[in-house]
Amino acid sequence: MSAHDIDHSLDSFGDSTASATRVTPGNALRPEDIAIAQDKPSEQVAEYALRLGDDALILAQRLSHWISRGPEIEEDIALGNIALDQLGHARSFLSYAAKAWDKTEDDLAYWREEEEFRSLHIVEQPNGDFGVTIVRQLIISIYQHLLYTALLESSDETIAAISAKAVKEVDYHRDHAIAWTLRLGLGTEESARRMRHALDILWPYVGEMFEDEELHTALGDVAVAPSSLRAAWDEEFTAVLKDAELELPTVPFAMARGRRGEHSEHLGFILAEMQVLARKHPGATW
Amino acid sequence: MAAQQESGGSLSAVLSPEEQAGQDRFNQIIADDSRIEPRDWMPEAYRKTLTRQMSQHAHSEIIGMQPEANWITRAPSLKRKAILMAKVQDEAGHGLYLYSGTETLGTPRDVLNEQLMTGKAKYSSIFNYPARSWADMGAIGWLVDGAAIANQVPLCRASYGPYGRAMVRICKEESFHQRQGFEILLELANGTEAQKKMAQDAINRFYAPSLMMFGPPDSDSPNSGQSTAWKIKRFSNDELRQRFVGMIAEQVKVLGLTLPDPELRFDAETGTWIHMELDWVEFKAVIAGNGPCNAQRLQRRRDAHNEGAWVREAAAAYAAKMARKTEVA
Repeated sequence: MSAHDIDHSLDSFGDSTASATRVTPGNALRPEDIAIAQDKPSEQVAEYALRLGDDALILAQRLSHWISRGPEIEEDIALGNIALDQLGHARSFLSYAAKAWDKTEDDLAYWREEEEFRSLHIVEQPNGDFGVTIVRQLIISIYQHLLYTALLESSDETIAAISAKAVKEVDYHRDHAIAWTLRLGLGTEESARRMRHALDILWPYVGEMFEDEELHTALGDVAVAPSSLRAAWDEEFTAVLKDAELELPTVPFAMARGRRGEHSEHLGFILAEMQVLARKHPGATW
Repeated sequence: MAAQQESGGSLSAVLSPEEQAGQDRFNQIIADDSRIEPRDWMPEAYRKTLTRQMSQHAHSEIIGMQPEANWITRAPSLKRKAILMAKVQDEAGHGLYLYSGTETLGTPRDVLNEQLMTGKAKYSSIFNYPARSWADMGAIGWLVDGAAIANQVPLCRASYGPYGRAMVRICKEESFHQRQGFEILLELANGTEAQKKMAQDAINRFYAPSLMMFGPPDSDSPNSGQSTAWKIKRFSNDELRQRFVGMIAEQVKVLGLTLPDPELRFDAETGTWIHMELDWVEFKAVIAGNGPCNAQRLQRRRDAHNEGAWVREAAAAYAAKMARKTEVA
């Protein structure tokens, strides 16, 4: 019996690639396609893709922890699905970036050191309770939705294509975060208290999301200057809080320099966990 | 009134005329190999058996998420991480689907969940074993999901409509799960010495527990007779175990690994596979709560439930507020 026969015999149980919650359109851009495509990004474009990919990867890593721990099974599925989407975006951006250095997505995810990561502090923040995770999702999903929408116009075709797929998924993430912000903001005294707390502990890391770098200027219309998203983000975020009868926090922004490789204390632990097995077996394939 | 009281006492030998008509119709549906649907009359014992079996199945999906979720954050490649996440998420979906199916028999999900958390309800005992290495993700997919498929494919024809239909969908996804498990092991088996060893070790640990997933031997399976008569069950525990062990005996050759069973052979005379004696004392001990992870698995479920209480309360309060608003408007 060959491996092919096994595949074949398993096929008899049904559509072996079908999955309950994963909808993968037949012609969607997959990380594998990006890895084998001819176009190789410049190092600067790759640096930009790293930023997008690392945010998504670290967020996926954080969110995936909720699977089997959610307040309802429906939320295990929802947060798992969001994590899976983010991981998909991360794989695409990292696969693209990796080509600039003749590497793979896994080289970048598993073999870079902490200071080589380019993620924002906000995605590194611990899950906390469900309220903290929802506020983090609200902050990030509104941001990513604006960012990917703007990147549809990127002059880099691959970045525009990845963004086109991502923006549809992030739209759902935003809906999910808004729906829960309303439920928790308006639900009970306890849930409102927890939401206020969540806003206070996450707000310091919002400022970093909108800081421009020289890279953005250098890349011109390949990239989107983060500061250009600020007004729209403020407007949308404030409107959601208003509907949820929550207020904008007054705590100050923190100096956060994840884009320069200066990370929160949390990232070391995240990477230790994520990379441990791969690093135990250098050169192995999985 | 008398008739109503009678129907409450479901196991009473004396049936009211309505019940007798229901019973006759039920018998006919079973005889015709057709489907019982939620609104149909059914014997209380049939309802009870199905509620037990379907909820146990749902609980197994939910608890079964834990050993695999344990490896999501450490998956050794991003592709494997994505596949594993999708798989564990599927299991949550199966659990939900089966809870909904069970609810059609009249027991709400809250009650079923309570039964799980208090230890009153059982789930597949294999999930009380730890997933210690990455290769366990392969062994669980190949052996545990493989055994589940062998068990569940015949359930697609179960006499209770919602159960049979749920199983059709679940089996489709389980076959994807089994394939990804086999792929993990195939990759490890063709990898470094350490990877090969990891794969063999996982198979060694999961082989016997996966064979025990088919339940006790036919000679010691108290509920099987009635379930077969009701056409919930189509094959005996031993028949299904046979079929499964024959399948994996062939598949393991592709891996270039072995099954930890010195007695395993095909007996041409009887046309059956002979496997080693399984440790049913351990099986019963694990079911009774003495497995390595019983306490941990249940505690994790209780923690998730308790820590989510304020979220569910808020959602309920919000829904009530919105409903009032709609009324006023």
